[in-house]
Amino acid sequence: MTRAAGLVALLLLGAAPAPQVDGARLLADDPAPLLSAYGLFADTGGRVPAAGVTRYTLNTPLFSDYAEKFRYVWMPPGTSAAYADDGALTFPVGTAIVKTFAYPADFRAPNAKLRLIETRLLVRRATGWVPLSYVWNAAQTEAVLKRAGARVPVAFVDTRGAAQQLDYAVPNTNQCKQCHQQGNDVTPIGPTAGNLNGGLDGHGANQLMAWTAAGRLTGVPTTPPRLARWDDAAAPVAARARAYLEVNCGHCHSRAGFASNSGLYLQHDEPDPAHQGIGKRPVAAGRGSGELDFAIASGNPDASILLHRMASNEPGVMMPQFGRTVAHKEGVALIRAYIAELK
Amino acid sequence: MRISAFLLAVVASGPAVAATITVAPGGDAQERLQTALIEAKPGDRLQLSAGRYALAGGLSLDVAGVTVAGAGPGKTILDFSGQKGEGEGLLVTSNDVVVRDLAVENAKGNGIKSKGSDGISFLNLRVEWTGGPKASNGAYGVYPVSSKHVLIDNVFVKGASDAGIYVGQSQQIVVRNSHATGNVAGIEIENSYNADVHHNVATGNTGGILVFDLPDLPQQGGHSIRLFDNEVTANNHTNFAGRGNIVASVPPGTGVMVMANRNVHIFDNDIADNGGNAIMLVAYRNAFTDRNYNPLPRSIVVRGNSYSGNGAAPKFPGGAQIAAAVGGTLPAVMWDGVTAFSVPGGGLAVKADGAIVVSDSPLLNLNLKTQGASPDTARPEVAMMPAMASAREPAAIVLPAAQEARAKGR
Repeated sequence: MTRAAGLVALLLLGAAPAPQVDGARLLADDPAPLLSAYGLFADTGGRVPAAGVTRYTLNTPLFSDYAEKFRYVWMPPGTSAAYADDGALTFPVGTAIVKTFAYPADFRAPNAKLRLIETRLLVRRATGWVPLSYVWNAAQTEAVLKRAGARVPVAFVDTRGAAQQLDYAVPNTNQCKQCHQQGNDVTPIGPTAGNLNGGLDGHGANQLMAWTAAGRLTGVPTTPPRLARWDDAAAPVAARARAYLEVNCGHCHSRAGFASNSGLYLQHDEPDPAHQGIGKRPVAAGRGSGELDFAIASGNPDASILLHRMASNEPGVMMPQFGRTVAHKEGVALIRAYIAELK
Repeated sequence: MRISAFLLAVVASGPAVAATITVAPGGDAQERLQTALIEAKPGDRLQLSAGRYALAGGLSLDVAGVTVAGAGPGKTILDFSGQKGEGEGLLVTSNDVVVRDLAVENAKGNGIKSKGSDGISFLNLRVEWTGGPKASNGAYGVYPVSSKHVLIDNVFVKGASDAGIYVGQSQQIVVRNSHATGNVAGIEIENSYNADVHHNVATGNTGGILVFDLPDLPQQGGHSIRLFDNEVTANNHTNFAGRGNIVASVPPGTGVMVMANRNVHIFDNDIADNGGNAIMLVAYRNAFTDRNYNPLPRSIVVRGNSYSGNGAAPKFPGGAQIAAAVGGTLPAVMWDGVTAFSVPGGGLAVKADGAIVVSDSPLLNLNLKTQGASPDTARPEVAMMPAMASAREPAAIVLPAAQEARAKGR
C-alpha cells in the first residue's frame, strides 16, 4: 500500500491519532536495549497501550506458570493482516506482536498490585520474524533487553489463597526460536484465525470481525474455523483437550516443529491416531517415559506418558521442556478427563 | 576484538576472519556462556577456558559455522548437576558446528543434542553421569537427530539411561574412535541411513552396538550401515532403562543387535565376553499400525568377526533353555528367523527382501517365521554356515572435506 493510500485508509477510519509507535526502530537491525524506545506503550509502566496498539485475547492460551498475559498487536499505519486457514494470520512487515507477562500479588484480586515480569516482542522484519525479550525492572519503569534469558523469583497468592513461590524463567533468544520455528521460519503461534475467533476476553466483540471492520484484517470467510476454549465447560472435553494440546504442545509437536522427530503431532485436527499419541510407543523419551508404554493409553490416564510428562516438574521428564516451572493442575485435569473418555 | 575482526573480514574480502571469544568459568557462567553462544558470528570460535562451569539451565547454539571448544574433556567441564530446566545440556540447531575438547556432566536430560544440523561434529568429548549407571540419569549422551553429515570422533560416554551415543533419523554418519561404557545401549543407530561405525569400544553396557528401525517416524526404513573394527566386549550390565523405552527390551549380555533394518554389514569386529548373543538379528516385535514400516532385518551380512567367551549366560526369555539345548553355549549369531509380517490394513504377508548371510559363525535360527510370534513358539536350530552369498557392501561414508579438516584442526 502506498503512503497516500495509507493516509486515505486512516482518514476513512476517522480521527485516528498520529501513531506513537516508532515503526522504524522496530525494523532496525539492532534491537533497542530498552523497551521504551519503541513507543509501544503510552505510559512508562507498560500498562497503557499506545495509539494503534490493539489488545487481543485467545480462546485457548499457552500456560506459563499461571502468569497473567496481556497481548497486543501493532501493524504499520495503513497495513492489514491477511486471513490464513492454518497457522498464524499473515501479518505485514513492520508488525510487532507484544506479550507482557505479569503476576498480581493475589490472584483473588487480579487487578491490584500487578507486577510486570517481562514483555516479549515478535517483530516482522523483511527477512522474517525476530523474537526479543525485555525484563521489567523492580521499579516497574523500564524493561531491559535480555537475550540470554533470566530467572526471576516470583511470589503470589493463588486463587485458593495459598502462597506460591516460583523461579520464573525468561526464555533466551534460542528458546524463543525453538518454540516459534516451523521449518526454516520463525512464526507467531497464538494469533491464528481459530484462536482469535471469539470475543475479546471471551465476551466482547468477535475479534476477527472487529479487526475486519477496522480495516486491519482481510479475507475472513463467512464461517472461519474456531478453536475451542479450553476452559469452556459447555464444550466437549475432546475439543477442549485437543485445543489445549495444540496450543501448549503443537508448536513443537508438529511435522515442521522442533519435536518433529518424535512422530507425535498434537494439532487439534491431526487425523492419525498413532501420531496423536494413541497407542504410540515412545522413541527418544528416555526416562521421561516414566515406566509407561504409550504416549496415550486410551481410557487409562495413569498409563499415559503424555500426562506423566505434563504433570512433572523435573527437567528431562517434564513437557514442555521450558516455558513453565510448575505443572498446570487444571490443564492436567482436562487431559486426564480426555484420555479417560477415549475408547 | 569482534569489531576489528569484522572489519578485517570486510577489507580482506576473502574468507571471513573468525573471531575467538573466550569464556571463563565463575559467577554468571550461565548468562555469559549463553550470551556468547547467541552473539557468536558464523566462523567464530568460542573458547571455554579450563575449569568447572556450574550451569542452572540448558545451553543452546543456533549460529552456523561456530566451534565450541574447551581445554580438554578432563579440564573444561560443563556441570549440569544443578540444572533446573530444559531437556539437554547443550543443544545445537545450526549447520557446520563443531563441539570439541570438553566434558558435559550430569545433564538432567540428554548431554549434547543436535537437531536438524547439516555438518555437525562431536570431537574429543566426555559425557558422563558421574554417579554411575542409574535409571535417573539422562537418556542420551551424544544425540544427533534429524541431522546430516554427522561426525562423532573420540567421544567417551558413561552412564546414559538409554544410549551413550545415539544417532536418530540422520544420514551420512561416521562414529569412530569412541568409547561407550556403563550405558544401557553403548552406541545406537536408529532410523538412519548410511552410517559407518568403526574403531569404537563398547564395553560394560547392557547392549554394545544397536542398529534399530521403529515405526511412525518422519524418517524410517533404516539402511546401509557398516559396523567394523569395533571392540564389543562384556556388555553384561543390568538393563536400567525405564520401561516403555525400546532399549528396555535389550537383554543384558548383547554384543551387537540389529532390529528391522536393511543392508547392515557387520565385519572384522572383536566381540568377546558378552553373556548372551554376540550378534542378535531380530524383527520389531510389537504390534504396529504404520503401513510404511518394514519390521524385518534383511540383507544382513556377518563376516570376519572374531568371537570369544560369548553366549554362556543368556538373559533373554528362554535363553538359558535354548543354550542348554545347543550344548550350554549359544553360537555367536542368533536370528529370530522371522521372514514375514502382515501389512496393517492390507492383510498381506510380506517376505523379507534380502538374505541373512552369516559366514563366520554357526547361526542359531529360532524359526519364529512371522512377526509378533511368541518366543514360546520358537523351534531353535543351529544352521551350518551358509555359503557366502553376494551382497553388496554399502559404500564407505565420505564426509565433506571441510568437515574432516575441522576435525583435524584444533
